[in-house]
Amino acid sequence: MVKKTLIPIGPYHPLQEEPELFKLYCEGEIVKDIKWETGYNHRGIEQLSEKKTFDQSFFLVERVCGICSTSHPFAFANAVEEAGNIEITNRAKYIRSIVGELERIHSHLLWVGLAGHFLGYNTVFMWAWKYREPILDLFEMISGNRNSYAMFKVGGVRRDIENNKIPKIKETLDKFKKKNDLLVGAVMDDPVIHARTKGVGILTKQDIIDYAAVGPTARASGVAIDVRKDDPYAAYPLVNWKVITAEKGDVFAKAEVRLLEMYESISIIEQCLEGLKKEKEGEIEVKVKNIAAGWGTGHAEAPRGEVFHYVLTDGSNSPARHKIRAPSYTNIATFKKSCIGQTISDATISLAAVDPCYCCTERMAVAYDWKTGERILNGNELIALSAEKTSKLKNK
Amino acid sequence: MAEQLFYFLIFPGLLFAAIVGGLLSWYDRKITAWVQFRKGPPLFQPFYDFLKLLLVKETILPKHGSKGVFLAAPVFAVFGASIAGVFILLPLLGIETGFKGDIIVIFYLLTIPSLTYIIGALASGNPLAAVGGSREMKLILSYELTFLLVLAGIIQKAGMTISFNEIISLQTINGAFAGSISGILLFIVFIFCIQAKLALVPFDMPEAETEISEGIMIEYSGTPYAMIKMAKYIMFFILPAFLIGLLWGGLNFEGINILWSILKILFVVLLLTLIRNTNPRVKIKQAIRYFLVWMNLLAIIAIVLSYFGL
Repeated sequence: MVKKTLIPIGPYHPLQEEPELFKLYCEGEIVKDIKWETGYNHRGIEQLSEKKTFDQSFFLVERVCGICSTSHPFAFANAVEEAGNIEITNRAKYIRSIVGELERIHSHLLWVGLAGHFLGYNTVFMWAWKYREPILDLFEMISGNRNSYAMFKVGGVRRDIENNKIPKIKETLDKFKKKNDLLVGAVMDDPVIHARTKGVGILTKQDIIDYAAVGPTARASGVAIDVRKDDPYAAYPLVNWKVITAEKGDVFAKAEVRLLEMYESISIIEQCLEGLKKEKEGEIEVKVKNIAAGWGTGHAEAPRGEVFHYVLTDGSNSPARHKIRAPSYTNIATFKKSCIGQTISDATISLAAVDPCYCCTERMAVAYDWKTGERILNGNELIALSAEKTSKLKNK
Repeated sequence: MAEQLFYFLIFPGLLFAAIVGGLLSWYDRKITAWVQFRKGPPLFQPFYDFLKLLLVKETILPKHGSKGVFLAAPVFAVFGASIAGVFILLPLLGIETGFKGDIIVIFYLLTIPSLTYIIGALASGNPLAAVGGSREMKLILSYELTFLLVLAGIIQKAGMTISFNEIISLQTINGAFAGSISGILLFIVFIFCIQAKLALVPFDMPEAETEISEGIMIEYSGTPYAMIKMAKYIMFFILPAFLIGLLWGGLNFEGINILWSILKILFVVLLLTLIRNTNPRVKIKQAIRYFLVWMNLLAIIAIVLSYFGL
């Protein structure tokens, strides 16, 4: 009988930037069981959203996640527009899709860099993030912000992409494409990367269906699930593109799907830019007077998978109930399948391979006393604690 | 006695080797920064790091675990590294000739730092350190045999002499060993052995920041960690120096040759840096297979080739 050791990854660990706790129960180097605790990052977003107007809520849901900060407003806009039965202009649709796809590119590049870092390959990390810079510059040109773009509103978008900006966007994308070829080559043809990622953390097609995984995690196992195709929204039905899938389901397949998806994103953006030229400048929103009582659901394909928003309206100017489901919520559960039986080295890269985003996912946290098992610190106590600290800071 | 102490503590032992190692570590970091489009640290950054750990940072001891062994391990690491440094650098810098059989002694002394890291890690009682310790142990078991085969190849090339000084003077007369096919093979294998000995990527799994958060070093802080840093700086200088002495004709400090000697060291460190910047970390299983099968095979081929005088 080998003694099981507990290898903790978290709550603060160099592997992932966010607080999370994975408990790997290991025999030697082999992971025998895994448990995880999230909930270090609860911010009460849904509750907050119910106290804000629809327009204000966009800035709130944008801050659900720092990386995919357009996918949440995207899904929220879809939900509110479904509830209010609003049809937006084609120009707004194109602009929404352009921002969404640019975000996918920067998010996938970010993941490729981080995956390199997790494998100890810091050169890939630095290179991928350098190539990501021009994309962020594009965001700054389009929206004024490198992140959290504040582009969306009910009935359209806040800022237009004027026709004179189109050549600059195209030029940047062309340059990026060449650099991306380099990066993709460096990652896909490196024998040592193959040795580290092929056959690691395999999720079969059945596993994906069992755990209801979404996004690149599912597509890497041959499940062609993509909200942009399955339930088209914005400009996606107006352009030609294909869903990238891979069959193997290992970490390498996930990297492959993400790298190739960037090319699809570039192609979508280019087609959207062509579409923009045909539409009249300035027609970026429809005036919305009020949202009738009812409900609406909206999805958007975030870089990590499907983001789902449910909005219940009561005829006032704010949501009566707002529910968010982020892709990592389902993807994290696949760790049970992909990590058990692997070594610690393989388990850590398998954890990173679904590109988990905990701050997207976390909705609720309960603290228990570990000795008695009693619930401690309810919401009001936490608020009192916070108020106490604020007053302390103020008095300093 | 005073002379020996001077050799050990100041030149070419502890102080000198640590300073040169620190500068080489800056060079390594600067090259890394260039490869990664970064600016890199200022020249004295390694020394700032060291002094900060030594003087400013508090030392936190693990609550569970053996504190005496935990604290003694870094001291032994520094001692092992500096004694190995003295034995390597005395003949290499032409100060003393050393003694017959010193290669064998150096071989043993060079393993001391790695062994002390394992002992210190296991004494800390941290599960992550235990994983790191077991990885380091497996790594030592795999590369030490290869390292021994390389030394055997070199000894055979030198006509069965086991004196470091004689090997250097032999190369000064007949040209560097690295000039032949077997010499080049031995050079390649030696470089990878150094990479594993220094625990640089791709063989940094005992520390593996993103897996087991610095593994064997996780519990070290303050002064003990400064000692470990020092041992690492020393190793970072003496291992390339040992390689140059054994295979690349040693160092010469007369006139313009100083420049050539410095370039030799910088070139070897550059190779190490480039390898560590163009590879991901391999798994411990893969590293064992890499050394036990491929590197050993290469070393044996080199030995056979050198037997036939190639």
